[in-house]
Amino acid sequence: MRVSRGARIGLRTVALGYLTLLLALPVGFVFYKTFDKGLGAVWDALTTPNAIQALELTLLMVAVAVPLNTAFGVLAALVIVRGRTRGRALLNALIDLPFAISPVVVGLALYLLYGRQGWFGSWFLDHGIQIIFSTPGMILATVFVSLPFVVREVIPVLREIGTSQEEAATTLGASPWQTFWRITLPAIRWGVLYGVVLTTARALGEFGAVSVVSGKILGETDTLPLYVEQRFQAFDLTGAYAASALLAAIALATLLLMTKLQPKEART
Amino acid sequence: MGIVTLYLSVIVLLPLAAVFAKAGQNGFDAAWNVITSDEALSTLELTLVISLVVTAVNAVFGTVIAWVLVRDPFRGRGIVNAIIDLPFALPTIVAGLTLLTLYGARGPFGFSVAYTRIGVAVALLFVTLPFVVRTVQPVLMELDPEAEEAAASLGAGPLTTFTRVILPNLVPAILAGVALAFARAIGEFGSVVLISGNLPFKTEVASVYIFGQIESGGVSGAAAVSVVLLLIALIVLSAINLLSRWSLRHAR
Repeated sequence: MRVSRGARIGLRTVALGYLTLLLALPVGFVFYKTFDKGLGAVWDALTTPNAIQALELTLLMVAVAVPLNTAFGVLAALVIVRGRTRGRALLNALIDLPFAISPVVVGLALYLLYGRQGWFGSWFLDHGIQIIFSTPGMILATVFVSLPFVVREVIPVLREIGTSQEEAATTLGASPWQTFWRITLPAIRWGVLYGVVLTTARALGEFGAVSVVSGKILGETDTLPLYVEQRFQAFDLTGAYAASALLAAIALATLLLMTKLQPKEART
Repeated sequence: MGIVTLYLSVIVLLPLAAVFAKAGQNGFDAAWNVITSDEALSTLELTLVISLVVTAVNAVFGTVIAWVLVRDPFRGRGIVNAIIDLPFALPTIVAGLTLLTLYGARGPFGFSVAYTRIGVAVALLFVTLPFVVRTVQPVLMELDPEAEEAAASLGAGPLTTFTRVILPNLVPAILAGVALAFARAIGEFGSVVLISGNLPFKTEVASVYIFGQIESGGVSGAAAVSVVLLLIALIVLSAINLLSRWSLRHAR
């Protein structure tokens, strides 16, 4: 559209003004508030035993959810794009469910299944395994909410690369397993990686679902996002800001990785 | 196929079935009574109205931002393009704390949106910002500038060109973005929980209500309201599906 210079600059101002007020200013201000009291205070706030425990538990969430959902994601994408079974369209639609469901509802669902009075909860408790208000429940919540990312990123790449190379490999005598490792996986690696980055970001930051099923036991079942809220409610703003700044820094690093990965993905 | 279905069932479908079962445990009437109780009804109404307003606002700003990112090559466009996704990458509780810090009682501006509906709306604007931008942007990139130039050379003003030539092509993408943003808004929890103050009948949105019910042992009530949210989400998801099929057909 050949718009006048004035209109173009007007629209640009509107767009940038909105983004500044909604995104840049608030996030910038939190960083400012965090480092207001000096780097030492931030470091102290992040190295309390409770903060370290929260960081460790957060990393555990990532360490379990990311590999599981990556393996599932690649497999599900293969089934949806390359499979011939019926019900692929339904599967494709169902995979998006976690995106559309409130995190609190996810937490409630797990609570109803694995809680003390839940369908399976009493069986697990009888066998000495506590799921709700404990780490396993929080892991299940994290896996639930971060499930669709890899599938969603791999499906379009898989569609685009087509099947000719895979067919050639099969004709030349490669087993399905060899074809996957030598041909398919290298071709979709950027899509997988992009999905992994998104999954990691979500697993690190999930609040609602994890909050419902965590026992909120300080120093035991806090993840970093839960720790932010806990510190805020305890009027320890320094602690809340320090943990927030750490999470925000990770988010910014994620964005950087995403922009670095995207052009490569487009090239494959 | 087997493993994929099993994994999806255990992780996602089974827990959701438990929510439906719990809501229907005491019969439809009992669930209906919970949903139509004053507090639940007011929380659902508030959630839907605020989500509609927020998605409408972001539909407008999202389209403008997408246009600027595609058609206005200014310095630093790459950075702006990258930070659009910030709400997806930033943990929701951090988003909430962030907005509360700047626009809350102790913020630098001398006004506060904390514990108001405006505060809830600001939080939802934040988390739903990327959807419309990201659905409109690729369509706008593919759009041939020639049609716009032809319109302009035939004497159409920028506004006419926009409403008659550009907008009709963008409508399916805008609607898809709006649907995704709406589905996200009605279920949002983390970013809202600090800023809303959770005042019943005033700022308590559905997810916060459900959370409160779980904490206070009202699990059946929580499940009933959850089912309402789930059904709305399902309807919105199928609408997106239909919409994308429809626009694919019309693209040919």
